[in-house]
Amino acid sequence: MNAPAGHSLLLDRGHLKRRKRVSAIVSAASTVAALLAVAVLLIVVGSVLIKGVGALSIHFLTTPTALFGESGGGISNAIVGTGIMVGLAALMAIPVGLLVAIYTTEFASPRTAHPIRFVLDVLNGVPTIITGIFVYGLLVAGNHQSGFAASIALAIIMLPIVARTAQEVLSLVPATLKEAAHALGIAPWRATVRVTLPTAAGGLLTGALLAVARVAGETAPLILLSSIFAPGVLTEPGQALASIPIFIFQASESPSPEAHTQAWAAALILIAFVLALNIVARAFYARSRKRIGA
Amino acid sequence: MEAGALENPVLRARRNRVDRIGDPLLRGLSGLAAAIAVLVIVGIVYEVIHLSSPAISKFGIGFVTTNDWNPVTETFGAAPFLYGTVVTSAIALLLAAPLSIAISIYLTELAPARLRRPVATLVDMLAAIPTVILGLWGILVLGPFMHDTIEPALKSVLGFLPIFSGDPSAFGYLTAALILTIMVTPIITSVTREVFETVPGDLKEGSYALGATRWEMIRQVVLPYSRAGIVGATILGLGRAIGEAIAVAQVIGGATGIDVSLFHTGGTLAAQIASQFQGAPGELFKSSLAYLGLILLVFAVVVNVIARVIVQRGSLKDVDMTPTEVEAL
Repeated sequence: MNAPAGHSLLLDRGHLKRRKRVSAIVSAASTVAALLAVAVLLIVVGSVLIKGVGALSIHFLTTPTALFGESGGGISNAIVGTGIMVGLAALMAIPVGLLVAIYTTEFASPRTAHPIRFVLDVLNGVPTIITGIFVYGLLVAGNHQSGFAASIALAIIMLPIVARTAQEVLSLVPATLKEAAHALGIAPWRATVRVTLPTAAGGLLTGALLAVARVAGETAPLILLSSIFAPGVLTEPGQALASIPIFIFQASESPSPEAHTQAWAAALILIAFVLALNIVARAFYARSRKRIGA
Repeated sequence: MEAGALENPVLRARRNRVDRIGDPLLRGLSGLAAAIAVLVIVGIVYEVIHLSSPAISKFGIGFVTTNDWNPVTETFGAAPFLYGTVVTSAIALLLAAPLSIAISIYLTELAPARLRRPVATLVDMLAAIPTVILGLWGILVLGPFMHDTIEPALKSVLGFLPIFSGDPSAFGYLTAALILTIMVTPIITSVTREVFETVPGDLKEGSYALGATRWEMIRQVVLPYSRAGIVGATILGLGRAIGEAIAVAQVIGGATGIDVSLFHTGGTLAAQIASQFQGAPGELFKSSLAYLGLILLVFAVVVNVIARVIVQRGSLKDVDMTPTEVEAL
């Protein structure tokens, strides 16, 4: 170990008091930085809460968005649309992501597992607006916007998150458990399905929930893929669907104070959903790690 | 029950048959899923190039340096948006990197043991806020505050610098940069914190034993030991900052030129695509936006690959990742 420390410390250049003061200043600055981060979180969430709670009502949640020029609408169509698009995306991305993780941890040699991991990381680094352009070119260009196209884009955004967390968790499953299963003469696929996956279940759920939380607020691809929709509550993914993020985006760009109030209220719904999912996901993660004994 | 099933020869034979299918099936399905992941990234590159090809053949590589975006004359160039992307991301990282290091120092060296987890979780939560909500907050809360308080103060103190000249404005490069700072700080922090935690206690104690103060210990042990992780985390944050479309589109103002003053409105690659793609007048316009996307894609991939190589070569290799990091990486 070549510790960089120590070489100059014994040559005390005096000024112990000054050195201690510098140290105290840095400590104070670090504490202030942490406080600042927490304060920003509280200010943002607080703004949403204070400005949004007033406009929140059963009516707001159960009425579709008002037509242009009318007032008093709600976000029921956006809630339904987000539910459909995120649900479809989860149905596609969670099984595929899980299978990718199973492939890299159970089947692939390190020589193939490494590039796949790399591809997933690159995919995770692709800006979501680019994912939107991709699906636009694939499904929307020369055709029309649809909730289905949006859910494909959301699934692509979810895929690396699901797969990478699943890989992390699956690789934590103790080899002794798998060896014990193999020693009993169980077929490898049964060992994976009956031993490895249940042991890792909590962690796998964490990845899935985090991915859902991430795409529930995703806006950029939806602008390209599902932003011009008919009024009323729509449920057919073949046509463009409303969504909470698009509602917030469009209302935030509007000059009208009433639209702003509605945007805050929709933001409150979205932020509550996303933060709750994150908290639940973390709880599962902690429990799963304890169970695996990592 | 399982054991009983195995003793029954009929059930056992059936089970063997299932297993003969089950093994290759799981292997095949999971291999297929991995192939899908690879295909998606190839498809993204192909489709973005395909959509931008009319603009590529019209403007060539000169597009990158053309400082013009004029739908009337149909001359398009990326320079204003490249400038906006670089400026906003650079400011965001200049603010976020030291902030993240300081937060990580607090979380690993200073915070009382029972505060560490809650504070770390709160910082992580900042990364979970949907960017469209940060943008909303930027428009209605941060923007007016910038216009009324921060920018006049900067102007009165540093107004002799061209970047702080001109009239304060709620929307512009600086407001966008601050929103990006809020976005990337928790991402950088989650990696640097984890790296700081891997610094061996022996080294830290050795430094203290030699009479170092806390700051001297951090400067001479923690920071050098974590250098690769810090650089990697910052570049990872850069990847996130250049790719953010929505929050920036909401607060940068959507101008299509270069303005030296940070107070003034501008655009970034991602924000320009987000705000103009839907309803772009004409094919060349749309194709030029896709060309902006191609430039952004190249940037994002290069930045992410570099960050990953650095982080992996550094000390993070064998550390279990927390959920936020998996998301960040």
